[in-house]
Amino acid sequence: MNKARDNILQRLRAQERPPGSFPGRDFLSRHDWPAAECLQRFTERLQAVRAEVHHSSPEGWLELLVQLCRDKNLNNLLLSPQTRWGQAIYAQAGRFPKLQAYEHPIEDWKPAMFHGIDASLTGTLGGIAETGSLILWPDAEEPRQMSLVPPVHFALLEAGRIYSTFAEAIARQDWVTKGMPTNALLISGPSKSADIAQVLAYGVHGPKELVVLVV
Amino acid sequence: MAMPTEFRIRVEDALKKDEVRTHFRKAMDTLMTNRRNQFPDEAELQRLRTQAQSIRANALSKLPELLEQLESNLVRNGVQVHWAETTDEANRIVLNILQQHNARSIIKGKSMVSEEMGLNHFLEQQGIEALESDLGEFIIQLDGETPSHIIMPAIHKNKEEIARLFNARFPHIPYTDDVDELTRNARAILRDKFYSAPVGLSGVNFAVAETGTLCLVENEGNGRMATTVPPVHIAVTGIEKVVEKLADIPPLFSILPRSATGQPVTTYFNMISGPRKPGEKDGPTEVHLVLLDNGRSTIYSDPELLATLRCIRCGACINHCPVYVRIGGHAYGTVYPGPIGTILEPQKEGLRVHGELVQASSLCGACGEVCPVRIPIPDIINRLRHDGVRQDGGSRTRDAGTRRKRLEAVTWRGWSWAASHPSLYHLGSRAATRLRKLMPQRLGAWTRVRTAPALAAQTLHERLKALGVDHE
Amino acid sequence: MTMQRPEAAYFFGTCLIDLFYPDAGVSAVQLLQREGVRVIFPPDQTCCGQPAWNSGYRDEARKVARTQLALFDKPLPIVIPSGSCAGMMKTHYPALFRGEPDEDRALDVAGRVYELTGFLVDVLDIRLQDLGAPVTVAVHTSCSARREMGVADKIESLLGQLARVTVHEQAYKTECCGFGGTFAVKEPEISAAMVADKTAHIRATGASCLVSQDCGCLMNIGGAFAFQQREQNQPVPAIRHIAEFLWERVNAGPAATGEA
Repeated sequence: MNKARDNILQRLRAQERPPGSFPGRDFLSRHDWPAAECLQRFTERLQAVRAEVHHSSPEGWLELLVQLCRDKNLNNLLLSPQTRWGQAIYAQAGRFPKLQAYEHPIEDWKPAMFHGIDASLTGTLGGIAETGSLILWPDAEEPRQMSLVPPVHFALLEAGRIYSTFAEAIARQDWVTKGMPTNALLISGPSKSADIAQVLAYGVHGPKELVVLVV
Repeated sequence: MAMPTEFRIRVEDALKKDEVRTHFRKAMDTLMTNRRNQFPDEAELQRLRTQAQSIRANALSKLPELLEQLESNLVRNGVQVHWAETTDEANRIVLNILQQHNARSIIKGKSMVSEEMGLNHFLEQQGIEALESDLGEFIIQLDGETPSHIIMPAIHKNKEEIARLFNARFPHIPYTDDVDELTRNARAILRDKFYSAPVGLSGVNFAVAETGTLCLVENEGNGRMATTVPPVHIAVTGIEKVVEKLADIPPLFSILPRSATGQPVTTYFNMISGPRKPGEKDGPTEVHLVLLDNGRSTIYSDPELLATLRCIRCGACINHCPVYVRIGGHAYGTVYPGPIGTILEPQKEGLRVHGELVQASSLCGACGEVCPVRIPIPDIINRLRHDGVRQDGGSRTRDAGTRRKRLEAVTWRGWSWAASHPSLYHLGSRAATRLRKLMPQRLGAWTRVRTAPALAAQTLHERLKALGVDHE
Repeated sequence: MTMQRPEAAYFFGTCLIDLFYPDAGVSAVQLLQREGVRVIFPPDQTCCGQPAWNSGYRDEARKVARTQLALFDKPLPIVIPSGSCAGMMKTHYPALFRGEPDEDRALDVAGRVYELTGFLVDVLDIRLQDLGAPVTVAVHTSCSARREMGVADKIESLLGQLARVTVHEQAYKTECCGFGGTFAVKEPEISAAMVADKTAHIRATGASCLVSQDCGCLMNIGGAFAFQQREQNQPVPAIRHIAEFLWERVNAGPAATGEA
C-alpha cells in the first residue's frame, strides 16, 4: 500500500503551509504542590473514584497487606518474586495466601491467569496528584496482564514519587530520553462504566478493586 | 411540495418520541453540568483551550512530516504501519491481517474510525465475527444499532430496554435490570471472548510522532484487554490524530475527559509503543497501525476547513447542541452526529449525501463555545452552506455547488438587488406596510406553531424622519 | 470596550425593526438622545446582509453589505439594536470582505460596531430611574449577543437599575430559542420543538413580560406566545425589545410592561 502512502503525503504536501507559531502550546498549569499536599490530593482523588488508598510505612506495609489479603478472603496473590517488594513478601510467604509468580509467557498458563487468580500486586513508577493516577510501566517482571486481568489489583507507591501533574512526571522521569516502554499506563481507579443509563458501575473489564498502598 | 428527505423523516420521527427526548435531555443536562464543574476557573479554561488548540494546530501545520516521523518511530519499535486512502482500503488491510492469522473473529475496543469504515459489516460479509467490547457498543451491537453518541454510544437506551435486550439475547442468564448485575453479566460474556480472540482492534486518541506511541483513553479496561490479550493488535486511526511531542499529551489528556463526560480523568490512559519485546511475557506479538485518510487530506487542503481536523472527539459540542438534544444521534444518519458530524460528514462523504445537515443548525454557537480545541464550528457550517450553493469553483469540498436550487438562487439574487438599491427598497417596504392587511396569515411551517408576524403601520425610516432624527 | 463618551453615533435600525418593530428602533434612538448623543440615521440603510450570508449566498450578501459600508464615513460608533445584526457586521464582515477591495473599509466599520445594550452600559454608563408599576420580567439574551458580541449580562445589568422590575430566570436560559433566521424555515420541525420548550420555560416563571435585544428571537418567541394564546387559550407574557421596555419604564409609558 505504498501507493496510498505516497498519494496521501503528496496531497498533504500539495498545499503550501506557512510555518505556524503556537506560543499557547507551552502554557503550564501551575500546579506545584508540596509533598504533603500531593499525597493528600492524590488520595482524595483516588478515593473519589472508589479506589482504596492506605498510607503506610516501610515497616508497616507488609503487615497491612497481610491484613488486607485476609479481609478480602483471597486464595492467592500474583506477584513477582524478583522485585524488592516481591522478595519481602516471599520472605514471609506463610502469612499470605498462596503466592503465584508470573514465571512463563502468558500462552503457557492463560487458563489459570483468567480463571484462577484472585489478586495481583505490582509496583508503580509514581503517582499524579492532580488526577489521582498511578504510573505503571509493565515489564518482564511485572507484565501487562498483572494489573489488568485479576479482579483485585494491589499497587505499591512510594510517597516521594507523587508528582503534581502528568506533565511533571514525564519531564522529571525523562520519558522521552529514556525511551517509551512497550506499554505505559496511567491507572486512576478500578474499571468503570456509565454506559447503562449513565449509572456508574464498577469492574467492567479491568479490576473491580484497586488497592493502593502508599509507602 | 417536494418529497420529504430521509433526514426530514428521521427528524420528524425522533421529535415524536417524547420519552426518548426526555431521556436525551436528562442525559445531556448531566453531561453539561459535569463539564461545567470541571472548569470552575473561566480564565484557566480559556488558557487550557488555547493550549489544546495550539497543540493540535501545531501538529496539523506539519502533518506530513509528523506522519513520516510517527511511521519511522513505530516501525523502529516493531509496529507495522499501513496507509489507506479509503475506508474500503482500510477494511481490506484489516481483512488481510486477519487472513494471515486465519482469524475468524476479532474483538474490538471502542473506535469511531472503525464505525466510519463500516468494519463490522464488512467483516461479517467475509464471514468474520467482529464483536464490540465497550459496554455501550456491545449493547447497541446486540440490538443491531449504530452509536447515537460518539462517547456514550447507547445513551438513547434506558435501563429497562437494555435489561430486556440482554434477556432476549442471553436467555440462559436470569433477567435483571440491576445495572451492577447487567455489568457483571456483560463482563463474564466478554471475558471469554477476550480470552479466545485471535485479534484485538482499537482506535487511537492521540499518536505521538516523537516517540511512536499510540494513546488510548478509556474507563472500562476493554481497550486494554483488546490491545493486550489477543496475540495481534490492530489499531485504526485517522491521519489527523498525530501530535508532535510527548509533552503535548498531558494537556490533551487533561481537557478531553473533562470536556467529554466531565470526569477529571479516565480510569485508564494506555500508551502503546510496540509489540511484545523479547523476554516480555505478554502483550501482542504483532501490532499494526492503519492510517486512514478518507477525505481528510482534502479537508486539509483548505485553510479554513482545516480546523475541522483539530477535533479530539470529546463530544462536548454534541452534549451542548440544542438540535442534537431534541433529535438524538440516529436522526443524523451519519457516523458522527451533532455539530461535529454536521461539519465532518458533508466534507468526508460529500455535500450531495449529507449537505442537508448543515441546514440543521440555528448557528447558536453553543458548540464553538465549548469546543476544547476551539473549532469555529458555526463558521464552518456557514462555509459549507456556501460551498453547497457556490458556482465559482473556489472550493475543493466534495460536491460543491450541488445543493444550489434555482428558485432559491433567484430569490436571493432578487433580494440582494433590492437591498442594495435603497430608494427602491424603501419604496417597497413602505408599500408593504401600507398593504399589511393583505399579508397572509399563514406562512407555511412558521404558522404551524406561531402567528404570522405583523407588519408595522409605518417603517422605522418614516418614524425617525418624522421625529427629525439626523439623516445626514 | 473603553471608549470616550461620544457626542454623536450612527444608528443602524435593522430590516426587521424597520418593517415589524419600529417602536423598538424609535425607543433605542430616544434612549441614546436622552444620554446626550446626537443620533445619525443614514437613510440609505437597508439590511446588514445576514440572511443571505447564513444561507450561503455570499456574493448576494456582500453586495448588500457593501451598500451599508458606504453609510458610515465619520469615525463614530455604529449602534445596532440587535446582537445578531451587530454580530454580522462586527464578526462576519471581515470574513465576507477578506481579499476584497473594500476590506479595509469593512474592518473599519466592524471595529466601530456596538450592540445597543453593550453601548448603553459600557460606553454611556447609562443611569435609569424606574417610573413604572411593579412588574416581573424574563430575559432572553440572543445567542449572537451572548456569543458573538459578548454582551450576555447587559440586559440584566440595565434591569438591575430599575427598582420595580423583578427578573425571573427561566430554565435553560442560555439555550437558543430556535429562530436562527432561515433555520426556522428550513428546519421547521426542530425549530418548533425548540420554541415550544423555550416558551414553556418562560411561561413557567410567571413573568408578565419577556424582554430581549433581538427582534428575531422576539418574533419567534412572541409569535409562539400569540399562537398559544389564540389556539390554546394560554396566558402568555407580553414581549418587548429591551429598548422599548426601558423607554417605557423611564417615562412611565404604556402599562403593557406592567400588567400584561
